[in-house]
Amino acid sequence: MNRQGSVMKQLTSNPIYKFVLFPIGQILAFILGAGITLSVLVILLAYIFRGSVSNLDLVERTLAILPKVLIDGITIGFVYATIALGYTMVYGVLEFINFSHSEIFMVGGVVGVELLRYLETQGSLAGMNQYVVIALAILLGMVISGSLAVTVERVAYRPLRGAPRLVPLISAIGMSFFLQDAVRLILGLTTGEFNVILPKFGTFDDFQVFNFPGLAAPVQIQNKTILLVAVTVVMLVGLNYLVNGTKVGKAIRAVAQDRPTASLMGINVNLIISITFLIGGSLGGAAGVLFALKVTRLDPFVGFFPGLKAFTAAVLGGIGNLTGALLGGIVLGLLESFGASYLGIFTQGAFGAEYKDILAFAILIAILIFRPSGLLGQTVGQKA
Amino acid sequence: MRKFFSNLYTSINKEPWSYIVTFGLMLIGSALVYMVPRSLMAFLVLMLAPAALYFLKMNNRIKLFAGLLLAVVILPVLGVRNIFYLEVIFQICVFAALALGLNIVIGLAGLLDLGYVAFYAVGAYTWAFFGSKQMSLLYSVPGAAPANAPFFLENPDWFWFFIFLGIGLAALAGILLGLPVLRLRGDYLAIVTLGFGEVIRVLALNLDKPINITNGPQGITPIQRPNLSPDLLNAIRLVLEPLVGHSVTDAQFYNVFFYFLALIIIIVAVVVARRLEDSRIGRAWTAIREDETAAIAMGIPLVRMKLMAFAAGASFAGAMGVIYAANRTFVSPETFSFLQSIGVLTMVILGGLGSIPGVIVGAAVVVFLNIQVLQTFSLYLSSLRQSDAVIPIINFAWKNLSTQLDPAKYQKLIFGVILVIMMIFRPEGLIPAERRKRELVGEKEE
Repeated sequence: MNRQGSVMKQLTSNPIYKFVLFPIGQILAFILGAGITLSVLVILLAYIFRGSVSNLDLVERTLAILPKVLIDGITIGFVYATIALGYTMVYGVLEFINFSHSEIFMVGGVVGVELLRYLETQGSLAGMNQYVVIALAILLGMVISGSLAVTVERVAYRPLRGAPRLVPLISAIGMSFFLQDAVRLILGLTTGEFNVILPKFGTFDDFQVFNFPGLAAPVQIQNKTILLVAVTVVMLVGLNYLVNGTKVGKAIRAVAQDRPTASLMGINVNLIISITFLIGGSLGGAAGVLFALKVTRLDPFVGFFPGLKAFTAAVLGGIGNLTGALLGGIVLGLLESFGASYLGIFTQGAFGAEYKDILAFAILIAILIFRPSGLLGQTVGQKA
Repeated sequence: MRKFFSNLYTSINKEPWSYIVTFGLMLIGSALVYMVPRSLMAFLVLMLAPAALYFLKMNNRIKLFAGLLLAVVILPVLGVRNIFYLEVIFQICVFAALALGLNIVIGLAGLLDLGYVAFYAVGAYTWAFFGSKQMSLLYSVPGAAPANAPFFLENPDWFWFFIFLGIGLAALAGILLGLPVLRLRGDYLAIVTLGFGEVIRVLALNLDKPINITNGPQGITPIQRPNLSPDLLNAIRLVLEPLVGHSVTDAQFYNVFFYFLALIIIIVAVVVARRLEDSRIGRAWTAIREDETAAIAMGIPLVRMKLMAFAAGASFAGAMGVIYAANRTFVSPETFSFLQSIGVLTMVILGGLGSIPGVIVGAAVVVFLNIQVLQTFSLYLSSLRQSDAVIPIINFAWKNLSTQLDPAKYQKLIFGVILVIMMIFRPEGLIPAERRKRELVGEKEE
């Protein structure tokens, strides 16, 4: 008994377990838990409504698209989770909703795509290794978005620290609007068009085919989906290490817990807040580039809905809680994907995928009514 | 009567300049607009008159008289001469009413509502649905409407009833939205209201199936307008036409009619807002805004008061929505976008949270900026683009200027800049609320 305990202790204090295996296990558990629950629910529903539809077998249709729905949900879930981390980190430190984070995300995507377009016009896009290209795009997106987030904090939020709650929030809304149109203006003036379309390159659009025994049709997954999931998992693990394993992370947690005391302990609070924005912003930027890879077409207003949904995800998981944001993102992505695909099937086309944006808000309102602290959050009283 | 004149006499002796400036502006402004109806500067001079009327010290009855003269005689007459100005003023009135409503929610009760146009949409779609042919098109696909469908209400005078119904429905929507979310803290509330605004817009966009209620993205048209009595019109024509200098069509009469209607709503809104501000309810709102916990401790019924603020704010928007639908005879989901909500928020912030004259000025400035200044600037740029002019020092030909640089399309940029700058440099707004002024004075004395 004692021996076993010490083995467990050894294992948990092992950095590889703590910072690599455990977070990945957590992610897997979240995906499996949410995915299986929703799948079972949908299949049950299909059995219940089986009789009401005459000319097609509801169960068969449900099962046929299930793998695709799951994969879509997980993919978009990772994007939401990555953006949600930016919201939740800033909320943890400053207790305010960084409304312009959705635009930081958008800027990252636009910058990444513009880099690819630049390479294409230079003629070097086809000759380069596709993974190097995408890594460059992600890095550039992270750098630009991160520095933009820091700048926005410096210009629009720092002067308002200590003001009533609504004041920085309104400033953030203003910043969000400003950034949308500023990007549109810059794109309009430089390229004459504000839709940015990803140039075709590499093998990202190709499918990997997986055959599973017991499934009628093979499961097809696009290369870019695999890339997206892989990159976000690496980033999430890295963030987990940064926050829980380094001195900077310790300082961030200290500032989040109690700003005056942290400052008394010799922590440069302003610097830490800037670093928080830098981390959140660069995560958002990377998510933007990956999102662009997925949807292949961006405009300056593309950040609005993913941003709102990522915020919903952050609230769903418990705002201020990093694991919660991850869980919230995955759950929300799956819920949305299921809603968009099955609402039309179950209502026979009366309501379809166009209501998926509403679904996120319905979830948000439901959480706020029944469990305002979120799935993993603790109930915290309002700070006076 | 004699007392009034003696008061007036002393008042004029005390501040002769305010009388001269105000009536001078009114006179010169109207003369200028009358002679050069298309000039922007002339219109600006005229618009300074109400500002002078408000800010300068004068005898109250004279102020009332001058205000009535301006609102009832000068503006309609000049507006009929150049119908565009009447449109500008109508829009100012509509948005001023919206801003007054939002001001109750944000400025007095401190609840940030980012989906305020949803209530406007509730009012507008209420009249759009019942005042159009939509009722008989419920089962037809949008765009494939039979031409001979009848109006649902034979008598368009139901409009008057629907103003009140719009008020009621919008207030009800406010309460329904408020019930679940008002226990939340301010920033959550902002997101939920934003979501609600989007929900209403998405519903308006998609409720053309399974039953065609909103006609989808194409919007509902035509919508009826209330009847204007022909006898009355002819009587007014007798007076108005000589003043205007040309004959007045029925369409122009409708513009004047809607202007007066909006004006009445504004006056009612101002009176209601002022009475509320210093009432028991208003003070409860202020208490909630300043410190919720303390307010509860003082025995203020928190949720009921917040619901009242939501309902009161929403009702203004509902009434304006009905009027807007009748004025345009057309509603579509695009009118009720998030941009509009932020536009109204910008008006309130610019003018001053909680300040009634402030939000009216804010509405006037933003509307004027939007549909007059930016448009003029855009036209100016495009005329430069067509000319052969060159910027001298950097040797840049205007012709090469991108057509994307069209100021009228960058409202978001301007709203955003206004919001950020106001929050950083002047969070109390252009015309701070009385209560804030008092607070500031109190601080100085300490």
